[in-house]
Amino acid sequence: MRTTRYGALAMAAAAALTLSACGGGGGEGEGGGAEGGEAAADSIRIGIKFDQPGLGFDEGGSYSGFDVDVAKYVAGELGYTEDQIEWVEAPSANRENLLSNEQVDMIFATYSITDTRKETVDFAGPYFVAGQDLLVPTDSDITGPEDLNGRNLCSVTGSTSAQRVKDEFAEDVNLIEQPGYAECVSLMGGGQIDAVTTDDIILAGLAAQEANQGQFKVVGNPFSEENYGVGLTKGSELCSDINAAIEKMIEDGAWEEALAANLEGVDYEPNAELNPPTPAECA
Amino acid sequence: MDGFLSLFEQYDVAGAFWINIQLTFWAAIWSLLLGTLLALFRISPIASLQWFGATYVNIFRNTPLTIIIAFGVLALFGQLFVSLSEDFNLNFFRLAILGLSLYHAAFVCEAIRSGVNTVPLGQAEAARAIGLSFLPAARLIILPQAFRGAIAPLGNVLIALTKNSTVAAAGSVAESAGLMKTMIEFRSDMVIPIFFTFALGFVIIVIPIGLLTTWASKKLAVAR
Amino acid sequence: MSAQQVLFDAPGPKAKRNILIGNIAGAIFVIGLLTWLVITLAERGQLEPAKWTPFLEVRTWQFFFLPGLWDTLRAAGVAIVTSVVLGLILGIGRLSHFLPIRWLAGVIVEFLRAVPVLLMMIFLWLAIGAASIMRPQDIPFIAVVTALTLYNGSVIAELVRSGVEGLPKGQREAAMAIGMTRGQSLRSVEVPQALTAMLPALVSQFVVILKDSALGYIITYTELLQNARRLGVGEGNLLQALLIAAVIFIIINFALSSLANRLSKLLSFRTAGRAKRDKDQKVLLPDATNAG
Repeated sequence: MRTTRYGALAMAAAAALTLSACGGGGGEGEGGGAEGGEAAADSIRIGIKFDQPGLGFDEGGSYSGFDVDVAKYVAGELGYTEDQIEWVEAPSANRENLLSNEQVDMIFATYSITDTRKETVDFAGPYFVAGQDLLVPTDSDITGPEDLNGRNLCSVTGSTSAQRVKDEFAEDVNLIEQPGYAECVSLMGGGQIDAVTTDDIILAGLAAQEANQGQFKVVGNPFSEENYGVGLTKGSELCSDINAAIEKMIEDGAWEEALAANLEGVDYEPNAELNPPTPAECA
Repeated sequence: MDGFLSLFEQYDVAGAFWINIQLTFWAAIWSLLLGTLLALFRISPIASLQWFGATYVNIFRNTPLTIIIAFGVLALFGQLFVSLSEDFNLNFFRLAILGLSLYHAAFVCEAIRSGVNTVPLGQAEAARAIGLSFLPAARLIILPQAFRGAIAPLGNVLIALTKNSTVAAAGSVAESAGLMKTMIEFRSDMVIPIFFTFALGFVIIVIPIGLLTTWASKKLAVAR
Repeated sequence: MSAQQVLFDAPGPKAKRNILIGNIAGAIFVIGLLTWLVITLAERGQLEPAKWTPFLEVRTWQFFFLPGLWDTLRAAGVAIVTSVVLGLILGIGRLSHFLPIRWLAGVIVEFLRAVPVLLMMIFLWLAIGAASIMRPQDIPFIAVVTALTLYNGSVIAELVRSGVEGLPKGQREAAMAIGMTRGQSLRSVEVPQALTAMLPALVSQFVVILKDSALGYIITYTELLQNARRLGVGEGNLLQALLIAAVIFIIINFALSSLANRLSKLLSFRTAGRAKRDKDQKVLLPDATNAG
């Protein structure tokens, strides 16, 4: 008689498992059945950031940002409507994996074109040239990374930008590493942090948040050049079409519009010499 | 294999583990002190102290450690300007110790209480009979026996603390979990050897603690 | 020693007065601390209505807290089921009479118990991502659930083992006497009774699972903490959003802990293991001490 109860427990466990296994996949993204490699013919999977306001941000059900707008435009030129786009989160650590496993078709996620990355993935673009810069309170006297000696600088864990500031510009800077930029901005709002560092457009996106309006400014003294490209699977045939779409977007003014709309109200001008960029030749 | 070994020249793995060990050591001392105090509160005659002890335990035991660590940085440092050291990095190290101590003190308190439950009623009655009041009775009779009975659960808390010290990565402390993430991101082809190196590091630290506390709890058990 | 009243007399008039003075001093201290907290936070603009009104909006709950809570409960729920299953398998393995199985289960349990959950999560997240075996949007969920299962499964295996070892010897002898094999005796007689005895500890372990699921935010799993952070980015009230998330966690976990306490009181009268209860209390009640 004890056996029955024990068996019932096991059965309940098994049933719950089966249920959850079925429930696990559903409800996320409309692409549903598309398993692993094969893309459903009527949709395109685009990797973006979900947590980068102004670039790629999950607004709770919809996505906003400059990367998202460029992605929508390019997808439109490739013949996909907005409904046919399946948005996939592409955190920095996973971007190469997502592409080499063919789990996304394109990535628009503040993805800098570098030689190391070119060994494993292809790039179209660049569609924007960013530079590592500093975000400071509006009334700050900091004008560049050299001013940071003895000041407190915040970045996310493992950031190259903060390391560069310490190595090349200000040896005595105090580095604090946080899980995300949200924490950094919150700390700077409280006054404990003098500057936040990463790519200038990401900083501008943070400053453009309604809640941060008027509080922070981008210094505008970039100390690196980051060519944001469209990440593609090695050997992808989309490259030249995407480049054409980017060129068209820049020509007809939609590029500038998207930039202005997403970074409204921030004291920030993208590097005018390098922007808008001309997409490079496809490999 | 060469590539694997060169990773260790590039990254200070031993140094990161040393940080975890230091975090564990200091947090263990502080949480033991605070936890004992809380346990005293909970068995004390004064209702308000009992209430305080119970509330503390219920709040800290039920909050995820990550949130406590995040509050250390965002609230204590960020808004309340609490400074535990002049040195910038040491300040975060100490904030992480504070967060770990506050969290684990709740578990230490419960471990000691379970130890108190192993002390027979007669011990307390005898203490009262020879005229000891609450504090002397607790200090001389009850707690010494309770600690002996609580060694096994206290050992569990210490093991949990050792492993939970990895959560300090969220509090700007450069310890092993953060380093492992950076290393895997840099060399994603070596994800398995890197993980097992770190896992083994923890096995080497944790298993002796387990063996030691099991041995001590048997050795120090009060014969009844 | 449960009757703590023996430690002290009912307070007399003098002691009552001292306690009253102490209470007032304590209350003044606590109120002072709270006042300092409120004043400082107000100075820093953390108490401004703009930082709090978002929590009154439907959108906040519809798109951030409720989906986050759902994902937390989903990960924790699945992990609870799978870790009980894994725990039973490993626990029975550790009690097996066949040495290699006992040894293997022992090594697995000791290894899994020693490795931090966070380390396992980060590893699984990056390793599954590199291995291309599932849809990318499922990876964080799977990594969280698997890491929680591996760790908590090994803890539950130990609960099963100590539960069975705490049973009176007569139970097994009786099973043998009616011709059951060791395996049959474990499955049909001993483990079911051990499960009842360890139920409170088991429920407390569920609290650990629920709390540890919050580590998922480090690997971009959209659970409660992660969604609270995302809300905080948009509204500029990170601290407040985290506070609300913490309160939700505390309420759920407190309910689970209370359930565990109630169960342990209820069951202390009816487990077959009662004969040896006193001695095994330490093993059977790690609930209070399992810091996860």
